[in-house]
Amino acid sequence: MGQTDGSETEGRADRDGASDTEGKQDVPEVPVPADDTPEVLNKALSGLSSRWKNWWVRGILTLAMISFFFFIIYLGPMVLMMIVLCVQIKCFHEIITIGYSVYHSYHLPWFRTLSWYFLLCVNYFFYGETVTDYFFTLVQREEPLRILSKYHRFISFALYLTGFCMFVLSLVKKHYRLQFYMFGWTHVTLLIIVTQSHLIIHNLFEGMIWFIVPISCVICNDIMAYMFGFFFGRTPLIKLSPKKTWEGFIGGFFATILFGILLSYVMAGYRYFVCPVEFNNDSNSFTVYCEPSELFQLQYYVLPSVLQSATGWTTVRLYPFQIHSIALSSFASIMGPFGGFFASGFKRAFKIKDFANTIPGHGGIMDRFDCQYLMATFVNVYIASFIRGPNPSKVIQQLLALRLDQQLHIFNSLKAHLIEKGLLPAVEEAA
Amino acid sequence: MTELRRRGAAADPDSTDNLSDKEADGDDRLGLVGDAEGECEGDTKANTPDVPPSADNTPEYLNKALEGLSSRWRNWWIRGILSLTMISGFFLIIYLGPVMLIIVVMSVQIKCFQEIITIGYRVYHSYELPWFRTLSWYFLICVNYFFYGETVADYFGALVQREEPLQFLVRYHRFISFALYLAGFCMFVLSLVKKHYRLQFYMFAWTHVTLLIVVTQSHLVIQNLFEGMIWFIVPISIVICNDIMAYLFGFFFGRTPLIKLSPKKTWEGFIGGFFSTVVFSFIFAYLLSQYQYFVCPVEYNSETNRFAVECQPPDLFIQQEYTLPSNLQLKTVHLYPFQIHSVALSSFASLIGPFGGFFASGFKRAFKIKDFADTIPGHGGIMDRFDCQYLMATFTHVYIASFIRGPNPSKVLQQLLVLQPEQQLSIFNTLRSHLRERGILPPAVLEAQ
Repeated sequence: MGQTDGSETEGRADRDGASDTEGKQDVPEVPVPADDTPEVLNKALSGLSSRWKNWWVRGILTLAMISFFFFIIYLGPMVLMMIVLCVQIKCFHEIITIGYSVYHSYHLPWFRTLSWYFLLCVNYFFYGETVTDYFFTLVQREEPLRILSKYHRFISFALYLTGFCMFVLSLVKKHYRLQFYMFGWTHVTLLIIVTQSHLIIHNLFEGMIWFIVPISCVICNDIMAYMFGFFFGRTPLIKLSPKKTWEGFIGGFFATILFGILLSYVMAGYRYFVCPVEFNNDSNSFTVYCEPSELFQLQYYVLPSVLQSATGWTTVRLYPFQIHSIALSSFASIMGPFGGFFASGFKRAFKIKDFANTIPGHGGIMDRFDCQYLMATFVNVYIASFIRGPNPSKVIQQLLALRLDQQLHIFNSLKAHLIEKGLLPAVEEAA
Repeated sequence: MTELRRRGAAADPDSTDNLSDKEADGDDRLGLVGDAEGECEGDTKANTPDVPPSADNTPEYLNKALEGLSSRWRNWWIRGILSLTMISGFFLIIYLGPVMLIIVVMSVQIKCFQEIITIGYRVYHSYELPWFRTLSWYFLICVNYFFYGETVADYFGALVQREEPLQFLVRYHRFISFALYLAGFCMFVLSLVKKHYRLQFYMFAWTHVTLLIVVTQSHLVIQNLFEGMIWFIVPISIVICNDIMAYLFGFFFGRTPLIKLSPKKTWEGFIGGFFSTVVFSFIFAYLLSQYQYFVCPVEYNSETNRFAVECQPPDLFIQQEYTLPSNLQLKTVHLYPFQIHSVALSSFASLIGPFGGFFASGFKRAFKIKDFADTIPGHGGIMDRFDCQYLMATFTHVYIASFIRGPNPSKVLQQLLVLQPEQQLSIFNTLRSHLRERGILPPAVLEAQ
């Protein structure tokens, strides 16, 4: 990548190998990324002025990314998980590379190894927890997997500790501060990126609709705000991002809510999207097959009288999920941009134009995903608070791990509760 | 004070501090990003000033009492007296009970957080930044609210079910915590000021890493406490003992340096500390395992509205006979199984615990401070005393979760009661067939179902 080469050369020129500074020089700006738009696009758009050319390049790439998104949805949950993992690794790589450029810490011993090692540890921890929850029966069958899952936390902690000790042993006399900065940088990046990509996968397992609709709302808000800003934009929104305007913000808000309602209506009809993703032990593959829950069954809602007079309808048939989608799209339009402002502030603070150069016209992967992260956490918290309770298979798993006297105690409490609720006949059992 | 430091450093550009410590210049890179942002972010030519050496705040009477001794022995006595004071304080609060312990843990956490954040302010001269202290403390409150809310929901289940507002708070706890955190996040974004972006991001990250280290681990300490006070007392005592023993062995026999980071540590201290800590923990575990007060899980009694420690001691704390290998004189020995676990805990404390200390030493060297703060005479700040404790708390928690106990039964029951009725029924049937299989329940033929 152009930017890494540039700063490396500058750094080497000034360094004497032992120090990590440049005396009086400022942090060099990461050089402007070279324009790596593919040749074919360049030829096709050679006739247009620069403003429209940029518009077209962004437009074409946007369409390409959206088509790719639909394609991987078609391919199923397994591929989606892989893609989420790849995106996470690429975002991590981009942010760590920026850290290296900012601190000229290329020549520090062990650093890349340690950062990637920590990424592996944290991913191992999170994926292990997921695998234990969702693949419970598979894990119980295979002996090595069972041991790994029983002592999972201990193993993860031991792996992390090894990395921690390696870090301490790698501290070099003149570079303490730099090393601590990179350690902190790595950990904050892990906190933001890995935990949230993991929440995305949790959302995915609830049902693909909980993955698709939030991501689509954020993308739609991005595009609609851009369009409204492009055509009607006049009042600047925030000093941090001079290109954002109030017209774009408000127009994007309403357009996204409308889009969310329509998209949920279209998707809620298909089991493929609505059913929780389950791992079928017999066929050893993922299945999406179930009775759709109440959330995805059409119900009649009486319109408030204001809307009744406006539209002439008295009742309307909606999926309850569409009401939830309003909440999701409101969050995407109002809070999502704060994630974008945070990333803009970050880029200004470290004087970089884009996180990387991966996508022509758009910047790096992280540039596209900066608003998504807050959204993923919100959806996960929303589901946990308003939609579902605890996962029943997880509860069973915990139950069976208890001691037998504890199980008996719970059994009796549960029986009393069920009898009270009338779900069990109140027959005297010799327990 | 900031002004004095700046002037002092600027007047002395060729002092050995400035020349030999090249990483100080690294701060120029951080503080100055060209003349456009120059004014407020840092001095153009001065290095990050050293935090001035802490004034000696040993109390007057101690000074008088130790006037006659030479400096080395005087330091030794001050540290010794303060150590004894702290250990007595520790025993006192154990005596006072679980509620007091929780409050003390919380106070220690707040003080450690404050110490680390203050260092961050000094390093980055960010006193004049708007909102910063408010935001850091706000995030501390949010994260604490989240963690304590989760604990309260688990352990005070019966109390929570009774009170209506508490039920609401518990049900939507995650959402409320997340909303509070988001409010702080938005305030941060809105508070970004044009010339101070980098500084503000640094402080934001500094706050978050501190929260991660200090708050999550203090919370694990409290979870350990609820398992049984012995799981709180023994790990902490082991770390303290290792500290003291390694210091003593090093003081009297120390010769070979252990690691460049901490020149005062020696291999003799390390190995001597290891063996004496294992022996200490073995004996200490034996002493404590006999009392229900220490061994029983702390439970909240909803009738008396107080904490109770009363139970049938778990298997771990009932003496058992172990056969020794035949070539020793003793044939069998009576041990508490917990003593064997304490050997594992003390090995960790002696072998890996010091890495926490080295980490803190490296941190202090990186930011050129002698101690985290000045709270305890002769010892430094609270964080100086607790740097090795944090790794230990996490290890104890993971150890308990992996090897000792399973999931918490009241938590499982609580989750069960929240499920949909059909799910409850299906779990009920699964559980019933499982218990029948194990012979705990009579077989199906006796039940009219």
